Order: sequence, then structure tokens, then C-alpha cells
Amino acid sequence: MRLTCPLCGTRDRREFYYYGDAAYLQRPTVEAPAEAWDNYLHLRDNPAGVTRDLWYHEAGCAQWLVVTRNTVTHEVSAVELVAERRP
Amino acid sequence: MRIDGKGLIDRTKPVRFRFDGRDYAGYKGDTLASALIANEVKLVARSFKYHRPRGVLTAGSEEPNAMVEVIGAKNQTPNVRATVQEVFEGLVAQSQNRLGSLKYDLLAVNDYLSPFLSAGFYYKTFMWPRAFWEAIYEPIIRRAAGLGSLSGKHDEGIYEKAFAFCDVLVIGAGPAGLMVALTAGRSGADVILAEESHHIGGRLLGDGGVIGGMAAADWVASVLAELTAMPNVRIMLRTAVTGAYDHGTYGALERVGLHKSARPNLPRECFWRIVAGHAVLATGALERSVAFADNDRPGIMMASGVRTYLNRYGVVPGKRVTLFANTDAARGVARDLMAAGVTVAAIIDPREGASAVEDCPVHLGAEVVGTRGRLGLREITVRKGSDEFKIETDCLAVSGGWNPTLHLTCHMNGRPRWNDELAAFVPMEGAVPGLVAVGAANGTFSTHGALATGHAAALRAVQALGRRVSVDLPDAEDAPYRIQPIWQVAGEGRAWLDFANDVTTKDVKLSAQEGFRSVEHMKRYTTQGMAPDQGKNSNVAALAVLADATGRGIAETGVTTFRPPYVPVSIAAMGAGGRGAGFAPQRFLTSDQASRDRGAPMIEAGLWYRPSYFPKPGETTWREACDREVRMVREAVGVADVSTLGKIDIQGKDAGRFLDFVYTNMFSTLPVGRVRYGLMLREDGLVLDDGTSARLGENHYLMTTTTAAAGLVMRHLDFVHQAFCADWQVRFISVTEAWAQFAVAGPKARALLNSVLDEPLGDVPFMAVTTVRVGGVEARLFRISFSGEEGYEIAVPTRFGEALFRDLLARAETMGGGPYGMEALNVLRIEKGFITHAEIHGRITAHDIGMEKMVSAKKDCIGKAAAQRPGLWGPDREQLVGLKAVEAISAGAHLFVPGAEVHREMDQGYVTSVGWSPTLDAWLGLAFLKDGRARIGGRIRLVDHLRGIDVICDVCHPVFHDPEGVKLRA
Repeated sequence: MRLTCPLCGTRDRREFYYYGDAAYLQRPTVEAPAEAWDNYLHLRDNPAGVTRDLWYHEAGCAQWLVVTRNTVTHEVSAVELVAERRP
Repeated sequence: MRIDGKGLIDRTKPVRFRFDGRDYAGYKGDTLASALIANEVKLVARSFKYHRPRGVLTAGSEEPNAMVEVIGAKNQTPNVRATVQEVFEGLVAQSQNRLGSLKYDLLAVNDYLSPFLSAGFYYKTFMWPRAFWEAIYEPIIRRAAGLGSLSGKHDEGIYEKAFAFCDVLVIGAGPAGLMVALTAGRSGADVILAEESHHIGGRLLGDGGVIGGMAAADWVASVLAELTAMPNVRIMLRTAVTGAYDHGTYGALERVGLHKSARPNLPRECFWRIVAGHAVLATGALERSVAFADNDRPGIMMASGVRTYLNRYGVVPGKRVTLFANTDAARGVARDLMAAGVTVAAIIDPREGASAVEDCPVHLGAEVVGTRGRLGLREITVRKGSDEFKIETDCLAVSGGWNPTLHLTCHMNGRPRWNDELAAFVPMEGAVPGLVAVGAANGTFSTHGALATGHAAALRAVQALGRRVSVDLPDAEDAPYRIQPIWQVAGEGRAWLDFANDVTTKDVKLSAQEGFRSVEHMKRYTTQGMAPDQGKNSNVAALAVLADATGRGIAETGVTTFRPPYVPVSIAAMGAGGRGAGFAPQRFLTSDQASRDRGAPMIEAGLWYRPSYFPKPGETTWREACDREVRMVREAVGVADVSTLGKIDIQGKDAGRFLDFVYTNMFSTLPVGRVRYGLMLREDGLVLDDGTSARLGENHYLMTTTTAAAGLVMRHLDFVHQAFCADWQVRFISVTEAWAQFAVAGPKARALLNSVLDEPLGDVPFMAVTTVRVGGVEARLFRISFSGEEGYEIAVPTRFGEALFRDLLARAETMGGGPYGMEALNVLRIEKGFITHAEIHGRITAHDIGMEKMVSAKKDCIGKAAAQRPGLWGPDREQLVGLKAVEAISAGAHLFVPGAEVHREMDQGYVTSVGWSPTLDAWLGLAFLKDGRARIGGRIRLVDHLRGIDVICDVCHPVFHDPEGVKLRA
């Protein structure tokens, strides 16, 4: 598996650390109801198809990435920096 | 038998080798199989289940029969295919899977028992009586099972792994692959040509023929010369591409030293990971056999194998050869043999309408129905219509047609398509992104077709790469492939499909009859295709027989899934470099040598190696040294290397704000020059890490993490910053390896420091940081303590670490002090009730360790919302307490109410750390106890079933030593 880091180019997946779904970027406020926090921390979809998840270029530029990929075809359609992601 | 003037072997270089205790001679360029055939050795193996005598069947890596053990000085490698293993001077090989000699294998009795050993016999036979399974059946089966044997010794061979990158990966160097490599190579693209065999050419070497007006072998030689001269083309011989993976990544196994006499430092194999922009599958096709009665005798071979042995190796496996084949192409075998002066007794062709014009008898519409010859073929029986007649022959070349070698196209879930005209499966287009199948691998069987499809695929790849090239397509044979499929010949007797696993047509039919009608079920019930060869030349025939038995078509029946690897790959090659010290990187402290010089045993802490203790003359156990070191710190002064703690330098206008967000407590209010203990949570409210952070300047902090969590915390900070506050003015970097840091602790710590510092220490209050100079070098001095004594940590740039450590030790020893190791460090911190990752192990909240007040009410921080949810605090939680006992206690033990029953439901908590305290003259422990803080002053029963410990302990406050912190602040 290869990922194209926006800063470093195409690299082997061994350089990256996998974290989880990109939903983890949508952090609720500290006052948000318990359900919102439960949903944020623990509930994830498991799609057959397009998914967005978080990878960390640990052996590279130390940037967190949002990778858009297809769990069925394994195609990676987009990689963007977490720090510069579209809102 | 050798044929003069034939083959690509080097007759000027004879090679001596040994097989089953006898010496033989071959030539450089021979495989073990070709050299054995040259020496007229027919019997080379015994079959897996029935121990039937077997000979060489093929000339390639798909060989199911001729598997041998190769014996090296340090290795014994089983299941080596004699058709792949090249001979070299001193090669020693032996046959396997026999009890006694190859000729008189005692387990051949299984062949007579075959009526009882049909598919599924395990499940049927060994069911009864139940008690017999473990005592009798299993040991016998285990003894008989398995192919080949190992030496039982550690494999000390060298293996390598490597990565390669290219624009175009060409898999297979037959006519199609060579045309791709030539075309792409001339365009200037980076090309890797991977060829499984030890010579390029593929079937051109076996079949001969004419290309572009040249003999095929000459054309191959000219292409080889041109490709070798191209700097952008890399030819990888003896390299089998084993798997296709995501995004243009391919696995490949190279035999580096397996064909050479033992040479030190030469790896046996190398496992490659090749990344290719474009890949072309030019793996050709595998010939398939026909299932007729007793079709497995030595001397019965694949027609293509016979042809390859003749043309490539200059050997023939018999003196009177017959051919049983159902395609026009296979006739070439007979013609080549006759041209070389070998007698062809007959051609048996099941097709009624095929040509009968050959220089030998041709029987059309005929089939082979039986064979004779126990250790080697002597005679075959042929049926034509209602007539049966016998032909004397010592070699029967069989061809049932060809199956494209499409395995790699199935590695990412692609399903092959059935092609009626070819009577074969062909690859699904686009099954592996970036991979295109050409030539025979794609069902184009003529040489012209191979060259043309290879040429076209290469041009497309070259164009996609933005390059240009013009290459002429040479002329070549373009005869049609006319096949009339024949899978099995009706008749009495057992007819083999899978030679390696001894699966017959009867087994497949039985499988269908017993309800295992799906091809995947049939495979598992009969073990068809589950041997080392993975059924390369039998799977399609087996499913054709299944299709027939179930009354379905072949297309409907489908194939089993081909998975990587295409050829067997040794685990040693895939794990190359990962043995012993190569398993994980090793990190060494600047003080490492100084500690070892003092005889300190080293202990792993993450990837670091830290001194466990520093033994003195007369000390016989680690405990003696540890107790002494603890007393030394409490009474004089001790020095320990603490550089392994993670150090993160954080700078920027928003640095304090950032720390407020990642720590539960406030750091933006910390005065410059002061240090504060911080607690860090995960977003789910559990404790992530703890440590001290110092404010070095208005916009400059230095965070320390625990040794264990240094990488974890760095990753966490990067995430929090980039995900939630990327616009804040803060940047940070790990400086762990930039500083060597030493703890100096004890009542004489200040005196020791003053003896090394350029100027004596002024007033440095507890939890302060200041800059000092030592030997002219600027150093950081932190007044912090992990021991409970007056303590400092002095940090110098790494290059000065060893010198400072040695200097500190020498001076400390004049003051009754010295170094202390991890064991003493652990006892000191337990005495003081300080936690480590033994306590903050991922299930612990701030409340559990009594630090709930450190979660600031004034601000948000990571983990704050979740930390407040029910269940993460309150009396039902297990809370940190100290334990004290007179007898030895253990970490991992569980806690129970004295007098109560000891079982899981009554569990009150567990112990995380213990140590003998020379200071308190007692065993001390840290533990998590249900509602623990309310139970301080009571007693608890500690039980460790594993170590047989059962002790009543006092429940205490976790801080045993100097609870008021008087010494700390002295």
C-alpha cells in the first residue's frame, strides 16, 4: 500500500501510523451533551466504499493526514493535511 | 540421457553433486532434475499419501513430484523443487517422504490401503473409539504427515530484504516479456525484468523456433545483450514475483545464493518489494495433464517438460517416447525428439479430425487407458474405439492443453473468466490496477501473439509515461491453437489429478457425491491444490471433473481463489533482518559504556537499554546492590542517567495556551524559571501520561514525558495541534536525543553539584529551573525529584554526557555516593508513592490516582468532558493506595477482604508495583483498591495464585517516605 503525502510525495505505508476515522476531527464542545461525546468517542461507521480516515506520517514530516479511500477497491482518491483541511 | 549439441548448459564446466548418497555429474546450467534425467535417474520421490513412486513431471516451478531436501552445512531445506534447484559443485540432496529407501519405501503399504484412505477418511475412520484419538491415531498421523523434514537446528543462513522502484515491471522473460522490456527499455523508461528461472527466454528456450529470421535462442541472446547494455533496465534472474498488492506494489523472491556452493556473507534469498508505475504480466501458461489410470508413474511427464529438457538442457527422459496430446502445438515435442534422433513410438491424439501426417505412427481418436512399470514406465495401453492395444515405451509425454498463468491477477479479488475456445480460464481485465496481462498469460498462445501483445502493452505504458519509442515487431510463428478438451479418460483404476497431494478423480467425484459440490468445499475435502505446488497444473482439471460430476459447466463451477505467494516463500526471507538484535532498534545512553564498565547488567526500557544495578565486590544478588543503592541515595548521594525521558521543546506566543489545552492543569500561569508537574489525559478521559514541564522563557517551554510514552505523546501533541489549533502560534520538536540528563539525588546532592559546576549553586527552590555552567559548557539544571530526596537533574548537550557522567560518579564515590540503577530508582519512587506506566496503564482516570483536583475547572482540555462522565470517578472505582507487608508480595496479585472467599466476583483490586524497602524495612506495594482511599488504615488480603503468595497487608497512603515533603524541599 502507498500513500501520497502532500508534503513528501508517494511513500510506503510503513512510514505511516494509522489512527481511525476522520470523524475524530469533529470534536464537540466541553459542554456538549453526553450523547454527542459518546458518538464522537465511540461510534463509527464501517462503510463498504468510500471512507475518510486519519494517518500520521510518523517516519516522514510528522503531519496528520486525512486519507479518502475506498475500502472495497482500495483506491486512494485524496490525501490532505489535517492542518489545512477544508472545513 | 544426454543429446550431443543440444541445450544451453555449459559442457566445459562439469559439476559434481550427490543425490540419495550417490555421486553424479551434471553441467553448469543444469537443474537437479535435468542432471538426474541425464544420469537416467527416474525415481526421485514418493507421493504424499500413498507413497507411490514418482519421477520428474515438469521443468518448472509448478513441479508437484520432484521435491527433495537440500542438505547444507548449516541448513536442511525440505520441499526444494528439483526442477528449480540448479546444480552446483558439492550440492547434496536427498529424497523425502519415505520410510526406508526410495526404492523400498515401507509406507508404500498405504497404496494397498487406498480403498480405505479416500477423501475425508480422517473424519470417517478416526471417529471411533473416541479415546483412541489422542493416544493412538493422532501420533501415528502426525508421524506420517508432512512433507520433508527439518534439521531441528536454528537456521543460521543469511536472508535479505530489499525495495526497488521502476516505471515498468515486466513479470516473466518469455517472448512476450522480452518484447515489453525491449520496447519500454528503448524508450528510456526504468524497467525491471523479473524472471523466475536462471535464464531469460521462457518457452523459447524449450520450444526453439525462429524469430525475425533467427533461431529463437539467438534472438534471446541478442535481446539479452541489448537489455544488459541499457542502464535503465535491470534484469532480475531467479526472481519469482510472488504477489500483487495495493498501489503498484509487488512482492518477489530472489534466489541469491541457493545455486552456489556455500559462500560466507552471500544471502540465501532476498525478498523484494517492488513498486511499479506499470506492470506487465508475461508469465506464460502452465501445461495441464490428463487424468487416466495410473498416470503418475515415473517416466510420464508433461510434454512441454520433455521438450524443455531436450532443447534447453540437452537431455531426454527416455529412449522410446510416446506423446498423448490434444493440441497441434504439442506435436512439436515429437518432431524435436525425432530430429534429435530419439525414437517416437507413437502419437496418441484424442481428436478425430487432427492431422495424421508425422514421421511416426499417429493414432487419432485414441486415448491412453492404462500404464505399467512399478519404478518406471514400461508400457501403455491405448484404446481406439472398441480396440485396445499396448505400446512399449519408457517415456510418455502428456499434454491436456494450457492454462494461462494468471495467478497474480487474482490477488486483489479478480475472478478469471472461462474461455470456451481455449478451454481455459483467462484473466479478468483490470483485476489489478496498473497490471496488464499479455501473451500466453492472457490466452494468446502463439509466439507472434506473445510478441505482438507485449509490444502493444509496452507502447501503451511508454505513452502513459510521456515517452516515445519505435520498435519493429519481428516475425514469428503464428499457428492457431486447436484444442479439444480432454480432462479424464473413462476407465478402471485410479487417475491422478493433484500429484503432490495424491488426489484422484475418484476423490473429486466422492466429494460431489457427499455434498461438497462447491469448488471451495471440494478443495478442502479432498486437499486438491493444497500442497506446496498449490495445484498449478491440476486445479483446472479437478474443477472440470467436479463440473462433470455435478452436471454443471466449468464456468459455473468456477475456480478456487489464488492467493499470494505464487511460489513458496520462506518465512526467513520475509522476516529478513528481524532476527536477534535485528528484531528492534536499540537505543544506547551516553553513559552506556560507563555503566557497563562497572558491570551493570542492562535492562530494556522501550528501545533503550538502562543499567539495572551496579554490583559491588562481595554482592551476590541484585537485591543486595539495590538495597545499598537505595540507602546511598537516602543517606548520601546517587547519580542516575534519566536521558531516556522524552523531551519536547515547545515555543511560540501560544505555547502556554497549548499546554493548557493538552494538560489538565494550568501552565500559562507558570512563572518563567519554574517547573510544574502536569497530567495529560486521552480524549476518552483516561490518563495518557504525566511529567514535568519547565518554562524556560516567556514563549518557551520544555516538556518531559515518561520514557515509555515519549513517541505516543509526540504523536498526540502533533494531532491536537494540527487538528484543533493549527492556527495557534506554537511549534514544537522532540529534543530527547539532544540532551544527556542526570538525576543527582540525596542529602549531599548539592555538595556534589557544587564540586562540578563552574560556580556554586545559588538559591534554587524546589521546582525551579536555571542555567549553570559545567567545565565551560552551558547546562540546564532542574530542581525536581523522583526519589523524594533533595534532587536535581542536570542536562548537557549529548556529546558531553559520558564525560559528565563519569566525572559525577568519581566525585560521588568520594562522598559515600555513586550510581544507582533502575531497580533502586523503582524502589525509591515506590517509597515516595510516585506513579509510572505500571500504574497509568491505560484504564486509569485522574480520580483513580487521586489527582481529580488537577483537572482545572477554568478551562477546556483534552479529556476533560469524558473524565466527568459517570463511571470514571467515585467509590466504585479502584483507587491508588499503598500496601505494606512483612512478607514478600508481588505485582499482578489480586486483593480480597480478609476472611472472604477468594474468587473473581470478590476481587477488590490488584497490585501494580512492589519492592523491598530498606528505608522502611518492609515490603511496599502500590495497588488499585475499590474505594481505596476510604480503606486506608485497614487490612487487605493479597493473593497471587501464580506465585503461591497469600499475605495480609496494611492499606496505606501511597506516600510512605517523607509524606510532608520536608526532604524534597530541603
